[in-house]
Amino acid sequence: MRIGIDVGGTNTDAALMDGMTVLGACKTPTTSDVSSGISKVLRDVLSLTGVAVSEIKAVMIGTTHFTNAVVERKRLLEVAAIRLGLPATKGLPPMTDWPNDLATTLGRHTFMVRGGHEFDGREISPLDEKEILRIAGEIKARGLKTASITSVFSPVTPIMEQRAAEILHNEVPDLSISLSHEVGRVGFLERENATIMNACLADLSTKVVSSFRQALKDLSIEAPFFISQNDGTLMTPDYVARYPVLTFASGPTNSMRGAALLAGEKEAMVVDIGGTTSDVGMLMQGFPRESAVAVDIGGVRTNFRMPDVLAIGLGGGSIIRDDGLRIGPDSVGYEITSKALVFGGDTLTTTDIVVAAGLEDIGDRSRVAHIPASTINNALDTMHRMVDEAVDRMKTSADPLPVILVGGGSILVSRDLPSASRVIRPENASVANAIGAAIAQVGGEIDRIFSLEGTSRDVVLAGAKAEATERATKAGADPASVKIVDIEEVPLAYLPGSATRIRVKAVGDLVMD
Amino acid sequence: MKLNSEDLRDLAVGAAFLGTGGGGNPYVGRLMAQRCLDEGLTIDLIDPSEVPDEALVIPTAMMGAPTVLIEKLPSGEEAIHSLKALEKHLGRKAYATMPIEIGGINSTIPLVVGARLGIPIVDADGMGRAFPELQMETFGVYGISGSPMFVTDERNDSTLIQAVDNKSMEWLSRGVAIRMGGCAYIAEYAMSGADVKRTAVPNTMTLAMRIGRCLREAKSNHQSPFEALLELMPKTLYNHARIIFSGKMVDVERETRNGFSIGRARIDGLSPWRGTMKIEIQNENLIATVDGVVKAIVPDLICIMDSESAEPITTEQLRYGQRVTVVAVAVPQIMRTPEALDVFGPRCFGLDHPFTPIETMA
Repeated sequence: MRIGIDVGGTNTDAALMDGMTVLGACKTPTTSDVSSGISKVLRDVLSLTGVAVSEIKAVMIGTTHFTNAVVERKRLLEVAAIRLGLPATKGLPPMTDWPNDLATTLGRHTFMVRGGHEFDGREISPLDEKEILRIAGEIKARGLKTASITSVFSPVTPIMEQRAAEILHNEVPDLSISLSHEVGRVGFLERENATIMNACLADLSTKVVSSFRQALKDLSIEAPFFISQNDGTLMTPDYVARYPVLTFASGPTNSMRGAALLAGEKEAMVVDIGGTTSDVGMLMQGFPRESAVAVDIGGVRTNFRMPDVLAIGLGGGSIIRDDGLRIGPDSVGYEITSKALVFGGDTLTTTDIVVAAGLEDIGDRSRVAHIPASTINNALDTMHRMVDEAVDRMKTSADPLPVILVGGGSILVSRDLPSASRVIRPENASVANAIGAAIAQVGGEIDRIFSLEGTSRDVVLAGAKAEATERATKAGADPASVKIVDIEEVPLAYLPGSATRIRVKAVGDLVMD
Repeated sequence: MKLNSEDLRDLAVGAAFLGTGGGGNPYVGRLMAQRCLDEGLTIDLIDPSEVPDEALVIPTAMMGAPTVLIEKLPSGEEAIHSLKALEKHLGRKAYATMPIEIGGINSTIPLVVGARLGIPIVDADGMGRAFPELQMETFGVYGISGSPMFVTDERNDSTLIQAVDNKSMEWLSRGVAIRMGGCAYIAEYAMSGADVKRTAVPNTMTLAMRIGRCLREAKSNHQSPFEALLELMPKTLYNHARIIFSGKMVDVERETRNGFSIGRARIDGLSPWRGTMKIEIQNENLIATVDGVVKAIVPDLICIMDSESAEPITTEQLRYGQRVTVVAVAVPQIMRTPEALDVFGPRCFGLDHPFTPIETMA
C-alpha cells in the first residue's frame, strides 16, 4: 500500500491506495512548517482506513512549495551563476531578461568562462580551469553558498559542467552546485534560467525535504518516500534536495494523472472546471501531453516540460450575458457565495443556470425561477459548446476520446460532448493531485541533437531509447516494466546534412519490496 | 528614427508575421538589441532616401539553423567582425548596415551591428519576407553581387567567399556555416546608396514595426486584430491583404530534406469558410490551395495566424486542433517582376503553378 500527499499553498491532501484502488482520502490546511500538516493528514488517513503503518510501502509527495517561493521571492539564496561558452554567448550575459527584483534578490553574481560544445560534440573552447579556480576564490570571498553551471550544448555532452563542478567542489566543499544538463534541455537561456532558479532554492529544498522526512518519522513510517516531478515521475528525496526546480509543474501533472486513474482511462481528455476557468489537457498513455513553448515562472522564461493546458474563461462563477449567448471570461470568483442569484446576490452566473434548469440543487432555487427558458437553453448550449471546442482544440487527432470531468465546476457539463466518446465524472476528484502523486512512476529521459552523418536514423533512435531506459532503471524503475512513452524528432532546418533533435522518454513502475 | 524597447517588441511580432512561418524566432536578437539600448547605445533607423548615392552600405545577417542559435548564443561580435573584414577588403568604411531579410531573426541582427558601430540601419531589406537561401535577394535579382562575402563565427574565425555567382556563394557559405557549428554571421551584398534605392525592398523595418504595433493596439483596444491589419496594409507598399481562409488545423506533416523543413498543413474551414485548405511548406509557407484551387502563391505572403490572439504561427509551432486564420498579402512590385520570379518565384521551389498576384485571384 502507498500514500500520496499533495502539499498545496492552501491544503494538504492525502490518499491511501492499495494498488490502484483508493482506500481513503483526507484534507487538512497546509501549515507553515509543512511537516505538522503532513503529520496530521497522515494520521487522519491512517485512522480513517484503519491501515497499519507497517503496511505502507511507499509515500509519494507532490508540492508547489518551490514554485511559490520563487513567485513570492522568499527564502531564496544568492547564486554564483557560472556560464561555460566563451567566446560564444557573450552577447547575452546570465539573467539578461529577468525581472529586476528577482535578479537583485539573487545578487547578480554572474561569471562567463571559456568552454562549451558545438551541437556535434566538438569543443567551442577548452574549459578555462584557471578561471574556475579564480571564481572559487570569489565565491569564498563573497560568502556564496550555491552556484549554477551552464555549458553550451551540455545536453549533448555534460563533461565540462561536471569538470567545473569537480574543481569548485575541491575548492569550496560546502558549496551546493546545480548543473544545467540535469535540469533542462536544449535552449540555452531557458535552461540557464532554470538552473539559476534551482540553485537559489538550495537551502529551502534541504529544509523542506527534511521536514517531509520528519513528518514521516513522527508517525514511525519507515517506508521510502519520493517526490513527484514535472513530468509525473518520481524523484528520490536526495535528488529533490539537489534539483527542487524539477517539481515546478508537478501540480497540474498530478491532477491530470490522478484523474486518469480515477476514470480508468489512459488516453483521454481532462477538463478541470474551477470557479473562473477551465483547464483542458490531454492524457497520452496516462501522462499529460507536454507543451512545446516557453513558460514564464515568476517572470523568468524557462523551457520546462509542462503539461500543455488550455485555460478557457468558463467556471462555476462565470457571468452570463446576452440572454445566455455570451459567458465569461469574467467571473464572480470566490465571491460566488454572495454574488450568485441562488445565494441571494444579483449576478447571473453559470451555477444559477444549472440550478434554474433543475440539473443541480444549490442555494435557493426560487431565486432563479424567473429566468426565461430561452436564456437557460442558450446558456447551456454556450457552456457545452465552449467545453467541446476546447476539448477538440487540445486533441491531437480527430478521433473522439473519453472526457474526464474534475473540479467543483464540473456540474456545468450535463450533456454529451460531440468531441467526446463519452463523459466520465469520477469519485474522489477533489484529491486527484494526491492520487496522481501516489501512482507516479519512475522515468528517464534524453533530449539531444544527434548527427545522423555516417550512421542511420534507426541506429541513433535505438541508442537513444536504450539510454532513456537505462536512466529510468537507474532512477529506481523495475527494468521489466520500463516502456518508451514518447519519442519526438525535430530536424534542424536551414542546415543540409542531417542533424536532428531527438527526445525519448521511458517510464516504469517503482521497485517496491 | 531612434528605436525604443516598444519598437523592438513590435518589430519582433511584425518580423514573425513577415517570416510567413520561417526565419527563426527573433527573441534572442531582440534581447541583444535591447541590451544595446540598456547600455545607452542608439539604434538609428534611416530611410533609404537619406543614404547618399555614393555611400557604402554593407548588409549583415545570421545564416544557419535557428535551433543552434538558441543554444549557442552569439558573442555579439561575429556580424561586426564580418562587416569590418569586408570594409578592410574593400578599402572603404560602411556608411550604414541593412537587413538582407526582414522575416524572422534577421530583422534584428543589423540593429546590434549598427548600435555597436555607431552607424545607422537602412529601413529596407533584400527579401521583403523570409526565404531559405542567400541568392533569393532582390539585391541579386537587380544585379548586385553577394560576393565578396565574409562568414564569421564566435571565435572570429572568418572566411572570405568570392563566388562566381550568388548561387555558388550560397552553396559555399552554407558549407562553411556547418563547419562553424551550424550557425554563422555574415556581411555580403555590399552596395552603394544608389543601388540600395534601386534594388532593396524599401521601408520593411518600419513596416514590421507598424504591423506589430497595429496588432498590439487592436488587442488592447478590444478591436479585431485582423480588421486592424487589413486596414493597415493598403497604406503600405504591401498594398493588398485579405483573409483567404479560416478554420481548424486538421493535419500537419513535416520532414527534413536537404536541410529544409518540408511539409504540408491541412485546415478544415469553419463557417463561413468551406472546404479544406492545403498549405505547402518549405521552411516558409509557399502555396495555399482550397480543394485544388490556388488561393495564394510565393512570393506573396501566406501568414498563418492564431484566430483568437492573431499571433503569427511558425512552421514548428503548427499543430492539430489550432484555430487559424490565413492572411495573404501582396508583395511589392519589385518582388514580382519576371527577373525576381526567376530567383524566388514558384518554380524555384519546384511548384508547377505560375505566379498569380493575390489581388487578381477570385
